Amino acid sequence: MLGLSKKDTTFLLIVIFLTMATPILLQPFPEGSAMATFNAGYPDLMQRFAIFGIFAIGFNILFGLTGYLSFGHAAFLGVGSYSVVWMYKLLDYNVLPGLVLAIITSGIFALAIGYISLRRTGIYFSILTLAFAQMSFNLAYSVLTPLTNGETGLQVYTDDPQILMGENAPNVPHLFGLVMRDSYQLDLGGWLFTFNIGYYFCAVIAILAFYLSLRIFRSPFGMMLRAIKTNQTRLNYTGLNARPYTLAAFVISGMYAGLAGGLLAAMDPLAGAERMQWTASGEVILMTILGGAGTLMGPVLGAGFIKYFENIFSKINDTMLHGWFGWMPDGIEDAILFVSHFFVGKSWHLTLGLMFMLVVIFLPGGLVEGAQRIGRLFRRRGRKAGGPEAEAARQRNPGPAE
Amino acid sequence: MGILEVKDVNKRFGGLQALGDVNLSVAEGSVHAIIGPNGAGKSTLLNCLVGKLIPDTGSVMFAGQSVLGRKPHEINQLGISRVFQTPEIFADLTVMENVLIPCFAKRDGAFRLHAFETVANETEIGEQAEAMLADVNMLEKRDMVAASLSRGDKRRLEMAMSMVQQPKLLLLDEPTAGMARADTNNTIDLLRQIHNKRDITMCIIEHDMHVVFSLAQRITVLAQGTPLVEDTPENIKGHPKVREAYLGEAH
Ligand SMILES: Nc1ncnc2c1ncn2[C@@H]1O[C@H](COP(=O)(O)OP(=O)(O)O)[C@@H](O)[C@H]1O
Ligand SMILES: [Mg+2]
Repeated sequence: MLGLSKKDTTFLLIVIFLTMATPILLQPFPEGSAMATFNAGYPDLMQRFAIFGIFAIGFNILFGLTGYLSFGHAAFLGVGSYSVVWMYKLLDYNVLPGLVLAIITSGIFALAIGYISLRRTGIYFSILTLAFAQMSFNLAYSVLTPLTNGETGLQVYTDDPQILMGENAPNVPHLFGLVMRDSYQLDLGGWLFTFNIGYYFCAVIAILAFYLSLRIFRSPFGMMLRAIKTNQTRLNYTGLNARPYTLAAFVISGMYAGLAGGLLAAMDPLAGAERMQWTASGEVILMTILGGAGTLMGPVLGAGFIKYFENIFSKINDTMLHGWFGWMPDGIEDAILFVSHFFVGKSWHLTLGLMFMLVVIFLPGGLVEGAQRIGRLFRRRGRKAGGPEAEAARQRNPGPAE
Repeated sequence: MGILEVKDVNKRFGGLQALGDVNLSVAEGSVHAIIGPNGAGKSTLLNCLVGKLIPDTGSVMFAGQSVLGRKPHEINQLGISRVFQTPEIFADLTVMENVLIPCFAKRDGAFRLHAFETVANETEIGEQAEAMLADVNMLEKRDMVAASLSRGDKRRLEMAMSMVQQPKLLLLDEPTAGMARADTNNTIDLLRQIHNKRDITMCIIEHDMHVVFSLAQRITVLAQGTPLVEDTPENIKGHPKVREAYLGEAH
C-alpha cells in the first residue's frame, strides 16, 4: 500500500494509531491524583511532541543517514517561524500560506548554507553550520530587525495589512476557520482527555513527514546516503558524486526544520530569534542520538523523551515532592527531597544529561536499540514478539522488503 | 591504439620519483598485467588512471578522451572501474546493497534524486545484482553486513561491485593478495570467466606469478617507476633482464 512493503505498511499504521491516540495514551492518570503531574496529554505539550518529532525526523535524514552532523539546524527552525508570522501580517491568520512559505524559504536557506558547508566534512562541516546559524541568530537581533522585530520578536499588530482578512475570520491562527487553539474535552469519570485541533493538525503533518522519511529510507537515494556514511571513497570510485546527494539531504532536512519552525508559529503566533540559537541545534542532535540515529522511530522517541522531561520533570516542586513522600519519617523525607532537588524542577537537565550518558554508553543505538533488545529477549523466550519492538528491531538493518 | 594510452607519465613524491616516463598501451579486450617488486609504483600508476592522483607530466587517454583533471566519479562513468589493494566496500551495508549501488550508478549516472522510488521494487537491477552475486558464489550471503565478511569475501565482493558495472576497463590492484591458494585459484577462474563472458578489458597488478601467467596476454614489468619491458607471458618468462630484476628475487 502507498508504495510500501507489507511490513512497512503495518509499521506506518501503528505509528498513525499511536499518534491519533496520543491524547488518550498520554493521560493515564486520573485528574487530581498524585500522579497527574506525569500526564502529558495537554495540547501545548502534545503539539511540541509532534513538532519536534518532525524536526528530528528531518535532522535524521541528514545526520542519521549521511553522518554529516549539522550544528546549525535551528537556523531553519527560526526561518520557518518568521515566514509564518509574516504571512499572518501580510495576508491573514490562515496557517497554510505561511507553512508553504516556511518550507520554501528554509529550503533556499539550506541550499545556500549547505552549498558552502558541504565543501568540508567531519568537524569542519559541523563548525561551518554552527557559524552560519550563529550568524543568522545575531543578524536576526541586529541588522535584520526590520524583518525580525529584534528582541521583541515578530508578532502581528493591529495596523498590519492582513489583506485577506475577512469580516468574521478568526483573530488567531486557523486552517480555513478551524482554530488551532480550540479543543474538545472529554471527561470520563475522573479522566480528562483533551482533543486539540492544533495537535491533530501537527499530528497529520507529522505522519506525512514520517511517511516521506520512510520512503526515503527505502529508496535508492536513501541507500546512497547510507553509502556516503560508510565509505565515501568507494562511492566516488563507483561513479557517484557524493556532493549533490549530501546537498539534497541537507536541503530536505532543512525543509523539515523550516516546517517544524512554521508549525511552532502556527500554534502560537510569535517568532523570536532565540529559536535560532545553538542550544536549539544541540537539542535536536540530542533527540536524534538519544532515540537512535539512523533509525526511523528513534528521532521521534528522542524528541518525545526530551520534551517530556523538559515539561514534566521541570514542573515538579517541593509541594509535590512533599505530597509523595510526606508519609515517610521526617529525616528520610528530607534526605529524599535533598537528593531529588538535583534531578527535578530546575535541575531536570541533570536527569536528562545522565540519561543521555547512560544511553550513549550502554545503548549506542539509542532507545530504539533498547526496545530492540527487549524485543529479542521476548523472542528468545519463545513468546511472540510483535508490535513496535519487532518493527524497531528491523529498522536498523532493513532486510529485503517482501 | 589501445583503449588505454599512457604517455610519458611522471609522478614525484617529494624527492622520490615514483613514476618515471611511463608508457603503457592496453589493447581493447585483452588482459594486461603489470608486475614489479614492492614500491615499483604500480599502485601509483593506477591512482593516476582513476583520478586519485594527477601526474606531474604526461597524458592518460581512455577511449580517446583524456582522464586527467576529471574527478574519480566522472572517470568511473567513462567506464573505468577499480578494485583496490585493500578492499574498499560499504562495510555497514549488506552484501546485496553493496552490489546494488554500482548498478544504480551505472543506470542513473553520478546523481539522481530517486527519493520516492523503492529499492525493493527495482526488479531489473535486483536481478542484475543477484546474477553477479551468483557468479562470485556469494548469493547466500546477500543479507550479511559486509563488515562481517572474511577478507577473501570482501575482495570478491569488491570485484563483484566493479564487474557488475560492465566497465570498459577493469583495474585490479593485487586481487589475490592475502588469499589462500584455493581462493586464489577461484579468483583466477572467476576473472577468466568474467573476461570471457562479459568481454571486459582488464588491467591487473599482481605479485603472484601464477595468477599473472594464468590470465595475462601482455605483461609490463615495472621497476623503480619505469617500465622495464613489455611482452607476452612466454617471452617475459625467459627474459634475462626480468629474471634478474624481478623473478629471481621474488621466487
Ligand atoms: N601518497 C604518497 N606519498 C608519498 N609517497 C608515496 C605515496 N604513494 C606511494 N608513495 C611511494 O611511492 C612508491 C611507489 O609506491 P606504490 O605505487 O604503492 O608501489 P607498489 O604498488 O608498486 O608496491 C613507494 O616508495 C611509496 O612509498
Ligand atoms: Mg601497491
